[in-house]
Amino acid sequence: MSRPVTRREFLKKSLASAGLTIAVSITPFGHKIFAIENEKDIPFKPSVWLQISPDNMITVSVNKSEMGQGIYTSLSMIVAEELDADWKQITVKSASARDEYKDPVWGSQGTGGSTSVRHMHDTLQKAGAAAREMLVKAAAQKWGIEESDCETSSGTVRNKKDGRSISYGSLTEKAAQMEVPQQPKLKTGHSKLIGTSIARLDIPAKVNGSAVFGFDVQIQGMLYGTVERPPAYGAKVISYDKESPLKISGMHRVVPITRGIAVCADTIDAAWSGKKALKTIWDRGIQPTMDTKSLESDLLSYLDNNGLVARNDGNVTEALKKAAKRVEAVYLLPYLSHVNMEPMNCTAFVRKEACDVWVPTQNQTGVLELAKKISGLKADQINVHTTYLGTGFGRRFETDVVEEALEISKATGKPVKVIWTREEDMKNDFYRPGNSCRIEGALDDKGNLIAWSHKVVVPSIFARAMPGAVKNGIDPAAVEGIENMHYQIENIRVEYVRIDTPVPVGFWRSVGSTHNAFTVESFIDEMANAAGRDPLVFRLSLLKNNPRLRRLLETVAEKAGWGKQPKTGQALGIAQHFCFGSYVAQVAEVSVNRQNGQIKVHRVICAVDCGSVINPDTVKAQMEGGIIMGLSTALKEKVEFADGGVRSSNLHNYEVLRMNETPEIEVHIVVSNEKLGGIGEPGVPPVAPAVANAVFKAAGIRLRNLPMTPETVVSALRKG
Amino acid sequence: MIKLTVNEEEYKVDVLPGVPLLWVIREYLKLTGTKYVCGLGLCGSCTVHIDGKAVRSCQVPVNDAVGKKITTIEGIPEDHPVKQAWIKEQVPQCGYCQPGQIMEAMAFLSEKKNPTEKEIINHMSGNLCRCGTYPRIKLAIKTAAQKGGRQ
Repeated sequence: MSRPVTRREFLKKSLASAGLTIAVSITPFGHKIFAIENEKDIPFKPSVWLQISPDNMITVSVNKSEMGQGIYTSLSMIVAEELDADWKQITVKSASARDEYKDPVWGSQGTGGSTSVRHMHDTLQKAGAAAREMLVKAAAQKWGIEESDCETSSGTVRNKKDGRSISYGSLTEKAAQMEVPQQPKLKTGHSKLIGTSIARLDIPAKVNGSAVFGFDVQIQGMLYGTVERPPAYGAKVISYDKESPLKISGMHRVVPITRGIAVCADTIDAAWSGKKALKTIWDRGIQPTMDTKSLESDLLSYLDNNGLVARNDGNVTEALKKAAKRVEAVYLLPYLSHVNMEPMNCTAFVRKEACDVWVPTQNQTGVLELAKKISGLKADQINVHTTYLGTGFGRRFETDVVEEALEISKATGKPVKVIWTREEDMKNDFYRPGNSCRIEGALDDKGNLIAWSHKVVVPSIFARAMPGAVKNGIDPAAVEGIENMHYQIENIRVEYVRIDTPVPVGFWRSVGSTHNAFTVESFIDEMANAAGRDPLVFRLSLLKNNPRLRRLLETVAEKAGWGKQPKTGQALGIAQHFCFGSYVAQVAEVSVNRQNGQIKVHRVICAVDCGSVINPDTVKAQMEGGIIMGLSTALKEKVEFADGGVRSSNLHNYEVLRMNETPEIEVHIVVSNEKLGGIGEPGVPPVAPAVANAVFKAAGIRLRNLPMTPETVVSALRKG
Repeated sequence: MIKLTVNEEEYKVDVLPGVPLLWVIREYLKLTGTKYVCGLGLCGSCTVHIDGKAVRSCQVPVNDAVGKKITTIEGIPEDHPVKQAWIKEQVPQCGYCQPGQIMEAMAFLSEKKNPTEKEIINHMSGNLCRCGTYPRIKLAIKTAAQKGGRQ
């Protein structure tokens, strides 16, 4: 049978068959079309965080964005543990942007900084415990017994006296009448779910293709919007053809918006043809001579500027003067792009009385505020639907594409889906800032490290994104991992030189630690070498007050076979870094091809101490992914600039790591039962310095610039 | 009107013949499991099967797919050993590239029943994953192969 589907017919059909007269909502598991009355069927909703329906299903509302870090599962585990639910009962719903869903630590709704479990843990524990207490009370009343004669297990309440039991689902109506306890008792005894590698809730939908990402949103009657944006920073339109696009079949409107010229059409291909037909001519922007070379030379020349002092212990100048041995090194690291697999996108529908935004965002509060501003509506008239995120890495903290979709929808009165091409995504990123640093270190005559002076030059992320976090002119990201380095050195000075360029910079998975871990952990190796000491032993000697980190380094070294003879041509390098509340140490096993300069990373052994662990397999997955992303930046990634804008455009000229370049990875979780640490970001920073340190050992060359491409290796080998 | 056969269903679509198959599948037929990442055939996220072969749908003008048997992730049965292996090994993180990875792996295993590690790596290196699920993809392919991955 043949099924005709022009775009409109298809929509009519699918909607008609569902008998739709109301709203289309998106759940983590796909489009869900529901009648508003359905909401009334849910009798037990003890808090905004969960609801239990009479069919014995438990829905956890998650206020954090699922971008691959497994947060839908981890947060649900915390609720289910305290609730004493059967894991099979659990489903997840993405929470809308509302005050009650704000992160209790931040006071806003968003996902980042590897904080989700850390910030939500106590709240969700309480929510689960409160619901359990109410269910127990309901059962006790039903049976006419004391609450102490009841116990819970796997989603049921059991009468200890006669052994009868009743499911949570059957208790919902009665439980809903109970007062919500404000100080519920937490469960005692050992955990059933926490600490186990429960299979992730989002994986089945991601395997069968039904998971709805922002890119996949389809709204009745929607238009496709695409935006012509300046090719160089700050460029202004000289002219464009308003008429030609309108001759294209399916074209609706050409709308100038804040960020460029928008074209919208019935189909995505018509929208793109329309954009081409604009034949926009731009001026050359605010700094047409800006290119990779000029940005790099500025970064290096700023090293001679005086910086703001972020830390000053002892007297570095004196210590450097009286050193038996001094080492000085300059490092230079590139701008990086996020390369989220799912390009930036947003679908918005602004009406007179309501506004809906479907978006893969890490920043629900930012989206809501923007929607209020553009639509002129109040918060309770706006629905922010967070879809799955095809990675986030900090890029989706920004709301640039949301602004585009809202403005176009407002101008056209239609639902508008704005999807970026890879080229648009790469050229309009908020990049990990390029940066440079000069480090000086001093050894005394016994080879002890007595001084460390570290000046970093880097654009400020926080100055734009969260100016309140900049204290005394110092961007916390700029000095993170240097200013708080864990090595005990008597004389330390850390300076920050801010450099402003036209290139917008933003949060990139593990933020300042991406570059500062590389320079600190490379330079500590340089100092170990200058002292003629083993890099591991040298590090341990500087960590006498930090048994936790010492144990981690010893673990990773032992697992990697540190000190044993590696295979011919191979060498090991080690690095550690503390960020987002967790310690990670890694050893890379590397060989260097002296002819073509190719670095081969054979193995990476990783040890992580993130305090206590919710889901060990999730921790492992985040370490694996962090190592691969970190290795990608170590070996391949660098944004190129030209003519006052971005030259890199797609995956052929901004390459990321592939399977054939991926080493064997081993992850060891060191359980310390310390405070919960973050897990999304800390896996990234140590791998680049571990590789650079191994390359030094293998080939005798110290690579201080990233990425470590074959060309840089060959050139360093030539210099000797 | 262009006639397409996708997942054993016939569709008539009002679309220009040069539009890449990817966009027709996603935005006209609303089969959104097939993903866009690069549009240049460099990442493999848009991989579908055309007459049983893994193809980058962003590189195929829709007209070239007329009269052929197109299969997308939505057309793969839930109990397929490759899908099952992907769940068993907990492969996806963000999940965006995974339909493409699965379609590529399925076509690969239908030609190579018991691939070596090296063959898996060589074959799968055309499919990008930014989350870094490569070790688990490798594992899942081995798991599926052991189960005697069927076509």
